[in-house]
Amino acid sequence: MDIPTIREQFPFLGEKVNSHDLIYLDNAASSQKPDRVIRRMSRFLESEYANVHRGIHLLSERATDAYESARREVAGLIHARDESEIIFTRGTTEAVNLVMNTWGRKHIKAGDTILLTEMEHHANLLPWQHLAREVGARIEYVPILENGTSLDLEIAATLLSKKPKLFAFVHVPNTLGLENPAKELCRLARDQGITTFMDAAQSVGHQEVDVQEIGCDFLACSAHKMCGPSGIGALWGRSELLATMPPFLYGGEMVDRAFYDKPAIYRDSPARFEAGTPPILEAAGWGEAIRFLREVGLENIQSHSAALANLASQRLRAIEGLHIFGPEKRASGIVTFSMEGVHAHDVAFFANERGLALRAGHHCAQPLMRKLGSPASSRASFYLYNTEAEVDALIAILREAVSFFR
Amino acid sequence: MDKNELYQEVLLQYSKRPKNFGPMECATHAADGHNALCGDEISLALKIENGSLSDARFTGSACAICTASASLMTGEVKGLSCDAVKKLAHDFREMARTGSGDGLPPRIQVLDRIHLFPQRVKCAVLPWETLLSAMEHEVGGK
Repeated sequence: MDIPTIREQFPFLGEKVNSHDLIYLDNAASSQKPDRVIRRMSRFLESEYANVHRGIHLLSERATDAYESARREVAGLIHARDESEIIFTRGTTEAVNLVMNTWGRKHIKAGDTILLTEMEHHANLLPWQHLAREVGARIEYVPILENGTSLDLEIAATLLSKKPKLFAFVHVPNTLGLENPAKELCRLARDQGITTFMDAAQSVGHQEVDVQEIGCDFLACSAHKMCGPSGIGALWGRSELLATMPPFLYGGEMVDRAFYDKPAIYRDSPARFEAGTPPILEAAGWGEAIRFLREVGLENIQSHSAALANLASQRLRAIEGLHIFGPEKRASGIVTFSMEGVHAHDVAFFANERGLALRAGHHCAQPLMRKLGSPASSRASFYLYNTEAEVDALIAILREAVSFFR
Repeated sequence: MDKNELYQEVLLQYSKRPKNFGPMECATHAADGHNALCGDEISLALKIENGSLSDARFTGSACAICTASASLMTGEVKGLSCDAVKKLAHDFREMARTGSGDGLPPRIQVLDRIHLFPQRVKCAVLPWETLLSAMEHEVGGK
């Protein structure tokens, strides 16, 4: 993987902050876009845009082609058996809410249990808590080991043996720099006949993710975390599950036959779950982003990001009073840390003055960060365009912040 | 905008060595405040006797701006009547929004540049909002 060539393709790297080069280490929140995605979207608007699936005219055909080809790209990226298993949503959050509202409302009843983990992002936590409260189901959590080094897999096996209706878990958490053993967790769940939902917002587009190999039943991801635009993501579900699910939103395009005086007949997946005009432009951009990532190579991207995170965490440990959450060895590009005597919000502000974009706060995982004893922490997250020189800058800036604030 | 305009030396001193920081025995009123954006969390304890604040202390984990603001605030409100505290809180919020701190005690005006940093306004205002909330919440629900 040739980093200088990759960096040339990202226009945002030309930005300056107070005459400093911009260093973007907030990739776990959202990633930047390469020139070819930006150009693909502008070309689409110039000569291919119309609504999809309805026009008989040229532009509608072009738009439909772009939209459906993006669906094939997503299907290929995660090794879905059939592209009809890919449902475009607004993002990961909407995909979780879609499953909660359709599969969830149909199958989760009073007295049932939903199993989550303690490391969930609010997106894979609040929808299930809401459903559980509404129908009178219970939520249990697979605990984390001390300092968030991993899930407690023994307790996971015990909790799964009690046969919850659903096990929803995060593949790569947005805070701890680890990857959960998705394949093993799904095997344990499948042995008990438990349906599995995997939040893959931080893994798809950052590493190889193969739903057949992992063996989950549902997966959710977002385009904006993988060099694509915001406003689009996907739900993947096994076709036999999707076939039994009621619609999510009602309206145009999701219906086969509608009447004044009798119930409508809805279409099959994916149209059934894509009411209204979908994110068409965004799909065109996402498709291009996936082609770009696969050309670079997902294994290359993963090893580059994790290597930078490991380098950063080794050198961060040398700063007195700095504490890193998660395992010693990083499996993803994410490093979350707290610094004694320096609040995360001040760190982020100080870093921004020098062109460095860090994330500060609770990272949309408030219960987890509370359990780890740190309501606010800082996070550096690396992706394909980051460099070792940027790790050097991170360390230098944090050392400066320590002497300024302590 | 330079960091030194925000983190003036006097402010940094207040955040590094905050005044009135620590728990209070026999507080009559208390409240917690938090800023979900950045993770500031402060707890405020008050002693209100005969309609005025005889003591105010805070604990928690907050950024330099929030800590300095809480430190300045707790020093300033001691001995004031509840009505005067409410007026001060109103004026402070006005200053944080607009930069105009006329009528506020000079010590507090060290925060008058905060309006230039919109993302930090909430940090400076959080102690005052928590103070107003604490005045409404008697300890033990008396």
